[in-house]
Amino acid sequence: MLYWKYVKILFKSQLEYRTSFILLSIGQIFVPFSVFLGIYFLFQRFQEIKGWSLWEVALCYGIIHIAFSLSECFARGFDGFSRLVISGDFDRILVRPRSTIVQVLGSQFEFTRVGRLLQAVVIFIIALAKINIEWNVLKILTLLMMIISGVFIFTGVYMIGATLCFFTIEGLEIINIFTDGGREISQYPISIYKDWIKKFFTFVIPYGVVNYLPLLYVLDRSDKVFYMFTPLIGILFIFPCILIWKFGVRHYLSTGS
Amino acid sequence: MRSYLVLFQMRFIRGLQYRTAALAGVLTQFFWGFMYILIFEAFYASSSTPQPITFHQLVNMMWLQQAFLALIMLWFRDSEIINQITKGDIAVELLRPIKLYEFWYARLLAQRTSSALLRFLPILIVASLLPYPYNFVLPPDAFSFILFIITLVLGVLIVVALSMLIYISMFYTLSGTGSILIFGVIGEFLAGLIIPIPLMPEALKRIIYFLPFRYTTDLPFRIYVGNITHNEAIISILIQIVWIIILYIIGKLWMNKALKRLVIQGG
Amino acid sequence: MIQVEGITKTFQVAKRNKGVIEALKHLVRREYTIVKALDNVSFNIKQGEIVGYIGPNGAGKSTTIKVISGILVPDNGTCNIIGYTPWKDRKEYVKHIGVVFGQRTQLWWDVPVIDSYQLLKDIYKIPTNVYQNNLELLTETLELKELLNTPVRQLSLGQRMRCEMGAALLHDPKILFLDEPTIGLDAVSKKAVRNFIKTINQEKQVTVILTTHDMRDIEELVNRIILIGKGKILLDGTLDEVKLKFGSEKTMVITYSTQFKPFDFPIENINGNQLRFMINTNKQSLPQIIDKVSEYVQIEDIDINHLPIEDIIVKLYKEYQL
Repeated sequence: MLYWKYVKILFKSQLEYRTSFILLSIGQIFVPFSVFLGIYFLFQRFQEIKGWSLWEVALCYGIIHIAFSLSECFARGFDGFSRLVISGDFDRILVRPRSTIVQVLGSQFEFTRVGRLLQAVVIFIIALAKINIEWNVLKILTLLMMIISGVFIFTGVYMIGATLCFFTIEGLEIINIFTDGGREISQYPISIYKDWIKKFFTFVIPYGVVNYLPLLYVLDRSDKVFYMFTPLIGILFIFPCILIWKFGVRHYLSTGS
Repeated sequence: MRSYLVLFQMRFIRGLQYRTAALAGVLTQFFWGFMYILIFEAFYASSSTPQPITFHQLVNMMWLQQAFLALIMLWFRDSEIINQITKGDIAVELLRPIKLYEFWYARLLAQRTSSALLRFLPILIVASLLPYPYNFVLPPDAFSFILFIITLVLGVLIVVALSMLIYISMFYTLSGTGSILIFGVIGEFLAGLIIPIPLMPEALKRIIYFLPFRYTTDLPFRIYVGNITHNEAIISILIQIVWIIILYIIGKLWMNKALKRLVIQGG
Repeated sequence: MIQVEGITKTFQVAKRNKGVIEALKHLVRREYTIVKALDNVSFNIKQGEIVGYIGPNGAGKSTTIKVISGILVPDNGTCNIIGYTPWKDRKEYVKHIGVVFGQRTQLWWDVPVIDSYQLLKDIYKIPTNVYQNNLELLTETLELKELLNTPVRQLSLGQRMRCEMGAALLHDPKILFLDEPTIGLDAVSKKAVRNFIKTINQEKQVTVILTTHDMRDIEELVNRIILIGKGKILLDGTLDEVKLKFGSEKTMVITYSTQFKPFDFPIENINGNQLRFMINTNKQSLPQIIDKVSEYVQIEDIDINHLPIEDIIVKLYKEYQL
């Protein structure tokens, strides 16, 4: 498929800068790890947060960070989209007979995020080891869907952020509230927050369906089997995002750059 | 000296011109402050033992951290300086009758100050309008406020000196990113920006008190909320001054060495 | 095959004034000016033509190119290019066009050229045998053999431009848009690029639309000129027509031996025994001019130079107050 050919060519490009690549990847391990370290110390002091223990939160943390780093890798083209618009390379994309989404996705692939991915996977595994869960196939499936769903949600938010670039070049960091901010918030199961936050992150940008409801199911805090399917809602989130993107492209076509 | 002031002014005015960026920055920081507060609230609610810092004090510290972020973040990226170092365009700078260390120092200081000045007031004003216990309040007494200002200013001088060390290290690594990321993260952790220092385990606290990082943010803000006694504050000011001198000397010496090496190697 | 009719496009541009007070005002309220980039632009181009699209900066050249390449929707007007309306049938339409931007590259920077070509093959879904044929042809004509395995960032500008040309033609486009293709190139590369354009135009009947400030490009390649200024089409004709209309002025250089009387007509330059001045063959025939000059000097040799295209264009701009 075309997208993987883009990834291949980008990987070859990155290999040209080997040392920088390695250093950045290592740095990418440190940044989120320091956050986890902070959480670890906080738990030493407080023992629990609204009924959740350290390793339960760590599981949530692991899932969200895996989803986030995967989407950072894949959807980097949307994350750094302003670069394409400013340089005029988006015009180049429009002159090619392919979908704009595939081309933007293929314009960048941030391989160094593998650092964050690694530390997330490590924490994820340790958390699973430390919690007593009665495992069955459905729960493993749920965990998988949680991750996939998270990737779709983050990618969708990146897409919306990129669409903003069609309307303004300034003030784009706002979207970080929903990407980085969304990640930091959903590191903890959203039940720890106030009501209106829970609602926002369930119904508007549905991180909650990734980190809370299915988590209840996996950790046997709830016997509602239907909770394992809520991540699918997260996957659906991408569709309104695609519509918003197409709207943005239409606007760009009528106003130029 | 005059030229550094002029430089400061120029950069300052330039920084004031980024309107939408400033607004977006304010909103973003407000959000982050609020988010941390909510997380801490959930933690505090889960335990009944009294903590080294009250929730309301912590809330105020969060607001101060966000409001003055530009003044306390360890790594403040200046692309021009980075380019000059990595591409060896130093020749231009060295031909001018200025001292490079002071030149860059003034420039970094100005950028941070203008960035902070644009943002701190809106954040604090909105924060003060929130209901208790989220609201931002004035310090317990006027003397605390004075100590706060002094320690904040000294803290900024320390953090810029620290960031200068990172820039100087780039003469050797010739890279703008990877190693800086690591230093920046470690430095911010040790300054209490990832987890507030009062909430850290005791053993870790002892190490942190030996390092300069906490004197940029932990110190002034805790003075403001009244979590540090006046006596301790005054002693800390002396320690700050010592750190400034040490970092300045190390910075100048190291930079001279790096520049000599550059000149010998031919850039 | 290219029919453009009554295209109009206006833009809103935010005003930015200087000074601190203005900057503060800008913080509160934005002011806009309305710019009419294209005003009732119409032209027809047949298959196989090479058209030079010229005009001063800001005249509307790039805006026109954007409209006819389908990436900008005009406010008014119609466009029928090889049966498509560019902005409406974008994905289908762009399969048949190739674009070369002089300044920006469409190749991937850090990998060998051939890798970029491979990816373009996949993007344009070029059948393998067609791709191979085209690749061979382009490699030969543009002399790309040694360049194909080099990363683009290591190529000189001239080498890169040759690879860009190749990239733009891999998918057999019917129309080629060239935006300042020879800008910044050395003389040898310019010649190579121009030759190439002429060749593919002749062999594959590719229609070429060329925007350029380099008048040699015009002279060597173009058989038709469209001049746009302040959003309006001011001139549309063959190069010969333009030369005829504005090129009747020439420079005459007379080498002489003896001077009979002082010169009382405007002359450009006297260098030793060479006299240089402007003549207008529309106003006086050559025999008349030579007769006249013989009254002043003993003519030994005559040299007549056509007014270079550059000067013709300058005169054009002046005439239209651009």
